[in-house]
Amino acid sequence: MESKLRAILPDAELIRMYEQMVLSREFEESCAEQYTKGHITGFLHLYSGQEAVAVGATAGLHRDDYILSAYREHAQAIVRGAEPRRVMAELFGKRTGICKGKGGSMHLFDPNLSFMGGYAIVGGQFPIAVGLAFAAKFRKEGRIVACFFGDGAANQGTFHESLNWARLWELPVLFVCENNSYGIGTSVARASALPDIHRRTCGYDIPSERVYGMDVIAVYEAIKWAAEWVREQNRPFLIEAITYRFRGHSMADPGKYRSLAEVELWKSRDPVPAFANRLVEEEIATEAQLEGIRQQALVTLADAVKFAEESPWPEDSEVWEDVYA
Amino acid sequence: MTQLNMVQAINLALREEMARDDRVVLLGEDVGRDGGVFRVTEGLFEEFGPERVIDTPLSESAIVGAAVGMAAYGLRPVAEIQFLGFIYAAFDQLFTHAARIRTRSRGRFTAPLVVRTPYGAGIKAPELHEESTEAFFCHMPGVKVVVPSGPYNAKGLLMAAIRDPDPVLFLEPTRLYRMVKEEVPEGEYTLPLGKARIARPGGAVTVVAWGSMLQRVMKAVEGYDAEVIDPMTLSPFDGETLLDSVKKTGRLVVVHEAPLTCGLGAEIAATVAQEAILHLRGPIIRVAGPDVPVPLAKLIDHYLPSPERIRAALDEVLQY
Ligand SMILES: Cc1ncc(C[n+]2csc(CCOP(=O)(O)OP(=O)(O)O)c2C)c(N)n1
Ligand SMILES: [Mg+2]
Repeated sequence: MESKLRAILPDAELIRMYEQMVLSREFEESCAEQYTKGHITGFLHLYSGQEAVAVGATAGLHRDDYILSAYREHAQAIVRGAEPRRVMAELFGKRTGICKGKGGSMHLFDPNLSFMGGYAIVGGQFPIAVGLAFAAKFRKEGRIVACFFGDGAANQGTFHESLNWARLWELPVLFVCENNSYGIGTSVARASALPDIHRRTCGYDIPSERVYGMDVIAVYEAIKWAAEWVREQNRPFLIEAITYRFRGHSMADPGKYRSLAEVELWKSRDPVPAFANRLVEEEIATEAQLEGIRQQALVTLADAVKFAEESPWPEDSEVWEDVYA
Repeated sequence: MTQLNMVQAINLALREEMARDDRVVLLGEDVGRDGGVFRVTEGLFEEFGPERVIDTPLSESAIVGAAVGMAAYGLRPVAEIQFLGFIYAAFDQLFTHAARIRTRSRGRFTAPLVVRTPYGAGIKAPELHEESTEAFFCHMPGVKVVVPSGPYNAKGLLMAAIRDPDPVLFLEPTRLYRMVKEEVPEGEYTLPLGKARIARPGGAVTVVAWGSMLQRVMKAVEGYDAEVIDPMTLSPFDGETLLDSVKKTGRLVVVHEAPLTCGLGAEIAATVAQEAILHLRGPIIRVAGPDVPVPLAKLIDHYLPSPERIRAALDEVLQY
């Protein structure tokens, strides 16, 4: 059989994307366990179900393009290259975490990865993305800014202000909406005058596209194309990826607002096994190989948890650090 | 009488006010069908329907701004912001409009609204989910700021806030939501806004604390001849109760979670320094959070005023 996937990406790249999806899923499941054990405190928003978006999108960007996201961002950071053990340590509040254990789950940052947060304020990231894009264009460095956000965030004023700025000044921002149908317990239909988020850009004359966000390759292709367009044209673009979160909004959410049937339907579209099946069907990987990848992810996570557990707490005096230069 | 926690007491206040006055409407993110992220509005959507319990889009600025318009028209909106840390986009509407519609229209338009929001430390998340920035809002002439310290006063204060002719920011200490149960009577009772409460009488030192710090202070002062004042309304502040107490004790300690600099403790200290300086027998001491964003997890314990720090302040001023 002729492989469609191979025509898009080399085998090694496809396998790497699968590894990232599995690692992202297992990372989140491991976080859930650590939260239940009391090792992770505060709010914990898990990404399970949405992996195809982070993995497909990151693969479609350049390594030095900026990424901004919200508070459901562990996978975004890990896929970009953050070490799982240092992300886990951050969630535990340990000193070895990627933000010294002082920011936790919702505020991941890593300049070495051009990963510019981690925003707990819904919609907080939009204007910052615009500012980064302004600077990137100013410096003529060919970098673009990928700004991830949820369907709920599209209702904040900052979204509209930022679309206007980005178009007015022709800034290289790729807005990526992860439409998972809900902002906490409020469905898009109940919160958005125009539930098709991608169509909202017409008021700002910004082109946009919708993509099926449970298909990692579809996301990859859409983002790859859009990112190059943004880079070449120096203009904004918006992609709306239709996806679903399998777990509650946060670990504290019983999720009463959606039916079991709906959740089950979306789980049947799980992007991880869907991609696995394609890899096997197109003879890019064997079942055994994929199982090996899963086992490897479990080993990585066991190490991450152990590392986080054994790492020291920050010293009390560290509360004073990094407030001013 | 029933034993209720603060969530239940606030829910009861909302239900009774909505039943009493059909101008009272609730609005906010997830307050309706979902019953609120802390379940404070549970059951009200079912009881009063979607016209009076309004699920809004995720738009804090519009939530508070729309409440101003509703109130000016004659409704009694009670808006919920899911955490105080999410209010800043709406800070503009609160400060630039809600606070001064009365002044600006020379009393012909008013904004009798309530903005309720959980605040302060309590869930062990960092920064915006944990911070106490009450002082920002006390620096807003035209807005009242209320902080209950238990289920009983939460109900009475909220009822008074809803009936108040001016905008009220009602700060609900997250830590206290389910911490204690108290007898909370059904039916009407209001506690006047702007009136402090002596939470514990005493003679040697006055301690002022509110919200969840009050609970901590009450434990910390055991064994001391301390008078504890719970202001309940932070703005306008009940200076009379404060001054009466300090004139009696001659000593003052103020405890708050918020950062020290320009925290409400500074204003309280200045009031006492100005009005009662000759009664003082020692320095006024503020026990407060450090001037940094609230950190995560373990470090929060270091950030918050601890019982040891509170007692050290008492010892210092008593031995002065
Ligand atoms: C300004 C602000 N308002 C409210 C919240 C509380 N909150 C956190 S996430 C969320 C829903 C966001 O939904 P969406 O943008 O669709 O992202 P998703 O959670 O689905 O990934 C809300 C209301 C917040 N963090 N910040
Ligand atoms: Mg969503």
